Amino acid sequence: MDSNLFKYVWRNSRAEQLIIIGLVVLAQVFYFASLNIPKTIVNDGIEGKSFKGAAKTLPFLRIDIPLPSFISEAGHIRIFDGFHLEQWPYLVGMSCLFLVMVTVNGLFKKTINTQKGRMGERMLRRLRYQLYDRILLFPPSHFRKVKQAELAGMINNEIEPLGGFIGDAYVQPAFLGGQAATALLFIMLQNIWLGLIVIAVLAVQAFVIPRLRRKIIALGKQRQITARQFSGRVAETVDGHQEVHVHAASNYERADIVGRLGRIFHIRFELYQRKFTAKFLNNLLAQMTPFLIYLIGGYFVLFGDMQVGAVVGVLLAYKDLPGPVKELIDWDQQRQDMQQRYEQVIEQFEPEGMMSAELQAMPDAAAAPFAGDVKLNGVVVAEEGGARALDAVTLSFPIERKVAVVGGAGGGKEVLAQVVAKVVQPTGGGVVIGEQSLANLPEATTGARMSYVGQDVYLLPVTIRDNILYGLKFRPRGAAQYEGDALRRREIEEREAERAGNPVLDVGADWVDYEAAGASGPDDMDRHIIEALRVVELDGDVYRYGLRGTIDPAERQAVATSVLKARAELHSRLSDATLAGLVEPFDRGRYNRNMSVAENVLFGTPVGRTFDPENITANPYMRRVLNDLDLATPLAEMGVEIARTMVELFADLPAGHPFFEQFSFITAEELPEFRALITRLSGRTVADLSPEERARLRALPFRYIEARHRLGLIDEAMEQRLLAARHAFAQGLPTEYATDIEFYDAESYNGAATLQDNILFGRLVYGQAQGADRIGDLITEVLDGLQLRDAVVEVGLDYNVGVAGKRLSAGQRQKVGIARALIKRPDLLVLNEPTAVLDAATQQRLLDKILAARGDRGVLWTLSRTAQAEHFDEVIVMQGGRMTARGAPSELSGDKSYADLLAAG
Amino acid sequence: MSIHEEVELLKGVPLFSKLEGTKLKLLAFTSERITFAPGQDVCRQGDMGDAMYVVLTGSADIIIETPSGPHKVADLRKNGFFGEIAILLDVPRTATVTVREKLTALKITKEQFFRMVSEFPTMAVEIMRELAHRLDDTNRQLSAARAKAA
Repeated sequence: MDSNLFKYVWRNSRAEQLIIIGLVVLAQVFYFASLNIPKTIVNDGIEGKSFKGAAKTLPFLRIDIPLPSFISEAGHIRIFDGFHLEQWPYLVGMSCLFLVMVTVNGLFKKTINTQKGRMGERMLRRLRYQLYDRILLFPPSHFRKVKQAELAGMINNEIEPLGGFIGDAYVQPAFLGGQAATALLFIMLQNIWLGLIVIAVLAVQAFVIPRLRRKIIALGKQRQITARQFSGRVAETVDGHQEVHVHAASNYERADIVGRLGRIFHIRFELYQRKFTAKFLNNLLAQMTPFLIYLIGGYFVLFGDMQVGAVVGVLLAYKDLPGPVKELIDWDQQRQDMQQRYEQVIEQFEPEGMMSAELQAMPDAAAAPFAGDVKLNGVVVAEEGGARALDAVTLSFPIERKVAVVGGAGGGKEVLAQVVAKVVQPTGGGVVIGEQSLANLPEATTGARMSYVGQDVYLLPVTIRDNILYGLKFRPRGAAQYEGDALRRREIEEREAERAGNPVLDVGADWVDYEAAGASGPDDMDRHIIEALRVVELDGDVYRYGLRGTIDPAERQAVATSVLKARAELHSRLSDATLAGLVEPFDRGRYNRNMSVAENVLFGTPVGRTFDPENITANPYMRRVLNDLDLATPLAEMGVEIARTMVELFADLPAGHPFFEQFSFITAEELPEFRALITRLSGRTVADLSPEERARLRALPFRYIEARHRLGLIDEAMEQRLLAARHAFAQGLPTEYATDIEFYDAESYNGAATLQDNILFGRLVYGQAQGADRIGDLITEVLDGLQLRDAVVEVGLDYNVGVAGKRLSAGQRQKVGIARALIKRPDLLVLNEPTAVLDAATQQRLLDKILAARGDRGVLWTLSRTAQAEHFDEVIVMQGGRMTARGAPSELSGDKSYADLLAAG
Repeated sequence: MSIHEEVELLKGVPLFSKLEGTKLKLLAFTSERITFAPGQDVCRQGDMGDAMYVVLTGSADIIIETPSGPHKVADLRKNGFFGEIAILLDVPRTATVTVREKLTALKITKEQFFRMVSEFPTMAVEIMRELAHRLDDTNRQLSAARAKAA
């Protein structure tokens, strides 16, 4: 990349810059032409000076081109004689012309600004893309030195102001310089000496000001770096929040940030001071010139032959000069600032050992399979201190072999795997696969034919499915299909991308290489994903996510229909004597004693916040329904009963007692208020209370569940009244609330509820031994019987794993990583202790399953437990960065280093 | 069964006999009441336990797995309690409890148990009495077994 911003801008936007300069020049022509119009309107149109003579008419829109007198006697060439108009039409004509010129000037201004803006944005886009592109080409070792927040900050914020500046980079100096030069020329023509004085003062300005600014630029650089480090620290606090809390380091962190903010303040304040000092000097120097013009011009008038008029003319011309000159100086300051910013950023994106861009070129066909041997020739990996993690390792094995690498910690087994997987570049020697050098193989080939899973899998914050498919996105499978407006938008998008030097790639295209996974297309892809999940024993977890997941029944009709079938099957099984009484089904005509009062009235799943438990009590529609059925008072009376019981039971409990959170309807803080309320109520009825107090009491029973709380508040009659409220609520639901709730309906799928709730279609009855487990088993049994298990797993694949996969456990993340590597069926699968976080028994099972799933394809597996090596064709023993033994596990029993490792576990 | 009926029932349990009404109500309100079907195991020998149970209705067999097979050691009836050893000693369940007639039990968690014992010493005495009974029983069975062996 160019280290000079101007070269960079010129090289990438030459044509656009020239067009804008052309537009600016053209705009000036119209601008100057329009300056004369107001004068003509006043003099001729209104006062009618030219009509006072013999002329009855004046030419309107006459176009003369001025010529030197030696070409034409008249001094001009007449292109258009104009319309001859009388005073009133002339005034009308001239006024309209004025309006036209104002509009034209405005349009020019708008066009120029839009063009500048667009060019700036395009350049910014190009620059951002190039910087990002370079991150993709960074050598792996560089990522140990950079902070992601700083890189992101640079691409995002630090270069942002460049966009605004780039539009003016060339236009501004050309335009202002032109203006200044004209004024200067005029002064020189009036008096050469005065002209020279002006030039001298300008020269001093041009010499002094940049010197003043040198320090400002240095400070600007510091400001940029400190700000960047500051955002890096903020990101560190976020990433390390756990450590901050665990070690009570929050105040140390505060101190660190305070120190940084202090430094930033001083830098910024000094910048201000220096900026305004420079401005002051600049203004002073600008005023030096009139002083000199008065003094010296006056001298020439008094003692020389200069006319007073000339001095005034010079002064007037000079008055026009400071504007452009000042702006030029401002522009120059901005230029230096931007250049500095640009350099600062570019520097950070030019680490040593950048990868060649060809290695990431878009492949035009699927990569050819690997065959032959994997050969390491004198591979050396030297760490920064000079220690050798691998010391001249030479070995080879057929790619399809199952090879285990064992050894003590620091023996080099991990690095060996990483070198073969091209995750670490050897500092000496090289790796050859078949006949090709690994270093020269494009990533599209290694990424498709080889795979690697390390000890710490990174996942994107997308679904499990998308995380697994991420391993198959080497190139887009043809263009995405667009139609109509979408097609036009896409075309514009592509043109714009080309103009900004971005590659024309479409993230909306289908990038998944189904063939690589052995699938025929998107439809049977999930089957292969589930297969891979089974190998790593993650299908059970994903099945559970599926049960807790929701689907849009319109989008996945087949699943919704199957779930309804499962619901029917489950409920027919529930009639079995051993299971009866475990579930109370949803029945529109019956009160459900295992649901709260609010849930019973709603009889549906709230969508969004309108009807959720916090808002339901105050919801105006709900209140209206209850009032209409005269339920307000009975509910308030139930509230009294609840409050009385709570006050009685919880009176002696300390405020922080867990019971308050677990069982009470009332918080410890509210308890005294309710106690007072109950006392006030003695001998009176709820009707005597204030509306606020009644509302408080009425809210209490909303969360009351008869089967759980067992206060005996809801008898048969009350059940019927609440059922009436349920019907009234559903029937009168205003259309504005229609999307806020999805009612329970035995015949249809509830898109707001989870799969499990849809199948259960009821509530677990409180207090049944192992009720949840038994029903869970029953659901699984029903789903298995209907062969719906995979459908549920497919829904589970939609589970979002969260930022960096944090919603999964470390073990689950590793399993997703292995599934991602398995699904592309690579010729060589390199595994670097990927299962170390799992327990020993699971490790052993996964090892067997993965090896079996690999069939006749190769595996290079770095093991943490040497005993597991017996399942492999061949074992490589690494000690001190060298291979100390190799062979089939049975052959190695005599080897001492191997025996020692075995003994150590 | 509403909480009031439950309190009445608890009043009849010797273990809680000295507890005042409010405390019984709190106990009933905050403890889970669990229903077990005949044949279901309330707990299994060897499992870790975190709660004791007080039988409100129904009956169950207390069974110990021995090398010669399962051996019923005692009956559990209304007002009986079990599971206190596992939470007192932090050891796995010492016996399997299998329901004979539909059983309703109050589940008292470990945390709740310790709080109540420290708050109501009469309850501790009641438990000591029961444990002493069982020890006495065991001693008698042991001497009988010895006599038979000799």
